[in-house]
Amino acid sequence: MAETVLAIRNLRVESITGTVLVDDVSLELKPGEVLGLIGESGAGKSTIGLAAMVYARAGCKITGGTVEVKGANARTLDMEARRELRGRRIAYVAQSAAASFNPAHCIMDQVCEMPVQHGMMPKAAAQAWAVELFRSLELPNPETFGARFPHQVSGGQLQRAMAAMAISCRPDIVVFDEPTTALDVTTQIEVLALIKKLIKEYHTAALYISHDLAVVAQVADRIMVLRGGKLVEQGTTEQILMRPQNEYSRALVADRKASDKLSVESTAQRGAIVLSVANAVGMYGNFTAVKNVSLSVAHGETLAVVGESGSGKSSLARLIVGLLPRSAGTVTFRGRELSSALKNRTKEDLRKLQFIYQQPDVALNPRQTVGEIIGRPVQFYFDRSPADVAKRVAELLTQVDLPLDYAQRLSSALSGGQKQRVCIARALAAEPELIICDEPTSALDQLVADGILKLLKHLQDELGIAYLFITHDLGIVRRIAHRTAAMLRGEIVAEGATAAVFSPPLHPYTERLLASVPEVRADWLDEVLAHRA
Amino acid sequence: MLRIIATRVVLGILTLLAVSILIFAATEILPGDVASAVLGQGATPETLRVFRKELGLDRPAHVRYAEWFTGAIQGNFGKALTNKRDILTSITPRLKNTLFLAGYAALIAVPLSVALGILAAINEGKLADRLANIISLATISVPEFFIAYLLILFFAVKLRYFPSLSTVFADMPLSKKLHVTALPAVTLTMLVAAHMLRMTRSSVLSIMSQPYIEMAFLKGLSRTRVVLTHALPNAAAPIITVIALNLAYLIVGVVVIEVVFVYPGIGQFMVDGVSKRDLPVVQACGLIFAGAFITLNTVADVLSILVNPRLRHPV
Repeated sequence: MAETVLAIRNLRVESITGTVLVDDVSLELKPGEVLGLIGESGAGKSTIGLAAMVYARAGCKITGGTVEVKGANARTLDMEARRELRGRRIAYVAQSAAASFNPAHCIMDQVCEMPVQHGMMPKAAAQAWAVELFRSLELPNPETFGARFPHQVSGGQLQRAMAAMAISCRPDIVVFDEPTTALDVTTQIEVLALIKKLIKEYHTAALYISHDLAVVAQVADRIMVLRGGKLVEQGTTEQILMRPQNEYSRALVADRKASDKLSVESTAQRGAIVLSVANAVGMYGNFTAVKNVSLSVAHGETLAVVGESGSGKSSLARLIVGLLPRSAGTVTFRGRELSSALKNRTKEDLRKLQFIYQQPDVALNPRQTVGEIIGRPVQFYFDRSPADVAKRVAELLTQVDLPLDYAQRLSSALSGGQKQRVCIARALAAEPELIICDEPTSALDQLVADGILKLLKHLQDELGIAYLFITHDLGIVRRIAHRTAAMLRGEIVAEGATAAVFSPPLHPYTERLLASVPEVRADWLDEVLAHRA
Repeated sequence: MLRIIATRVVLGILTLLAVSILIFAATEILPGDVASAVLGQGATPETLRVFRKELGLDRPAHVRYAEWFTGAIQGNFGKALTNKRDILTSITPRLKNTLFLAGYAALIAVPLSVALGILAAINEGKLADRLANIISLATISVPEFFIAYLLILFFAVKLRYFPSLSTVFADMPLSKKLHVTALPAVTLTMLVAAHMLRMTRSSVLSIMSQPYIEMAFLKGLSRTRVVLTHALPNAAAPIITVIALNLAYLIVGVVVIEVVFVYPGIGQFMVDGVSKRDLPVVQACGLIFAGAFITLNTVADVLSILVNPRLRHPV
């Protein structure tokens, strides 16, 4: 049996207020082995990953258990020895490369910093080594790539540069903390493949943290399912995917698989057209974000707008609501042309078209109660008496499945999913005909997101609201969209009933998008890569 | 980036223009004009009228403003009413004195407070940090003249290390000058250092919660290196701004200190001008103060743009 590089036993992490974040978790890692940690946010995945480096975020404290790196307990080490450990023996790859690279220094300086500061090699040697790493991570122009600043390269390239940085000291273990979550599907697949190659090439052991089972399945040898800081189930990747024992793990696996199926049939007979956009053009300065886009949404229908990040989806939404002035084309709502500028629209125009945002955290005023937030549009659009407003707020809370006493709570006291429900209730309060949903579930955990999608579907059946649903997640599209429009560089390249858009003959772009969605089987990535080659 | 810098500079010039209008208007609104001030209460309306015509005061305000401002930017501030001397020649040596004292204080205060601020940030929550906080709070809470008199009491009267009056002459050797002006320079240092120290500390600490700082710690770097190479460059812009504000204060806000130490600077000159109702002198001093303030702030703005990597290295 090979030696163990990392052993965590009975780990316990608490916040300074005494909340238990990780409770009695143990794990072992052999050289070259990849252990996947999976769970929703709050499951303690990142906390465990950081604890492996004997690091706890501000406000948290490791209160029990041992962390053994190559047999030596790292918790008893002093600061100096811990610094020696970090970076050199265990390296970290963070979720958002854009936020984790220092904006003030060029990439080369940051990649070389570890080997130089740990006294492993002189600067010139470190730079040559970094270029070699850039090359093996297939970064463009590896010789000159390092001279660029973090804001000058794309998110996928930056994430690869961070992997290069992590490997620069040839560590025994790398902690990957959701390294592809911030990337869109087509970029995710490239980064995922390179991470897999890197782990194999340098024979590094790894902890791979993700909320997406399909992603973990591609790289991990074993998987640990976590929930609320506790271990739910542990097994080989094959075991967890095929024969999950615990009820919670079964729900996770089943839910991920369900999103692969098409569940909404587009009706042959479309209802009356609510919104139609014709030849719309939207620009930021000299940059054309929306190019000659035409689309329509009918009563009670969901139109999904899909595409990679930067394809102009959100700009299109902003153009429709009037936040981005259009420089050509028309936006017509129920046969009435809407003004290009928001300030020239009538109250009725505004009422009928509502918006739900990607991040419910920032879309709600944290100092207002839920009742105030939902009551405001009722008051604004319908001018009701305070008693009527309260009655309507209660109705709306029931509609979005929130308890009535939530009206008195501050929005900041709610969870992410509950906040999104408040956002939906606020949109409903205006009694709109169309709601633009800008990635409303991408900031939420899988099972919570699932609840939000079901709620939206239910409201549509009941109230006949139309949705313009912006997303990069094709699983969601197949579940809720009657029609789909695929956007690429500001243009719509394919549009039609969802089933038609996703069945042959496929537009090359939709094919690429489709092929990039990870599937819940361990050999998916290898298959895709083999297919491409 | 050049365009952003050019905009800042143009904005600075426009601000100066607006301030000059305000200064001119303010002296214009005051009851009585130069003519009545010079001739005194005994003047007859007839002599007043003749004198006004002689001074050109019977012409409309905007004409006189244009004349005054175009003169001022060429260095011609006119003549003082009280002694009929050219204002520029009397201001120049005093301005030099003020700049000397400000520069002296800045040379002590800026490195000291930035270094202490960084030190406090590195040792956040520890004794050094608390000490720096308490002492800096104490020095800003006490009025400047009080500090000045305390220093005079101990270092001039009791210990006799420094003179209590900071009288300087044009041909004084530099070492003598530095010795004579040490007490006012130290007073000014205590006045501005606290602000800069606290701002440096809090800007550095606000950066410390960024993900790239956590990343730096996870790379196994020491706290000193993290603060100096990862936090400080990103905290530079607010620190530069607060340094500029304080430098401006050193030039503009020294009136009280100059009076206490009887230092022949521009602040005292302006106080004299006000008490003698010598309006051209007050206008000239006001314009110079505004110019110094705006120039320093514009320089700070430009520097803040220059330290921004996104603007320095466009995509």
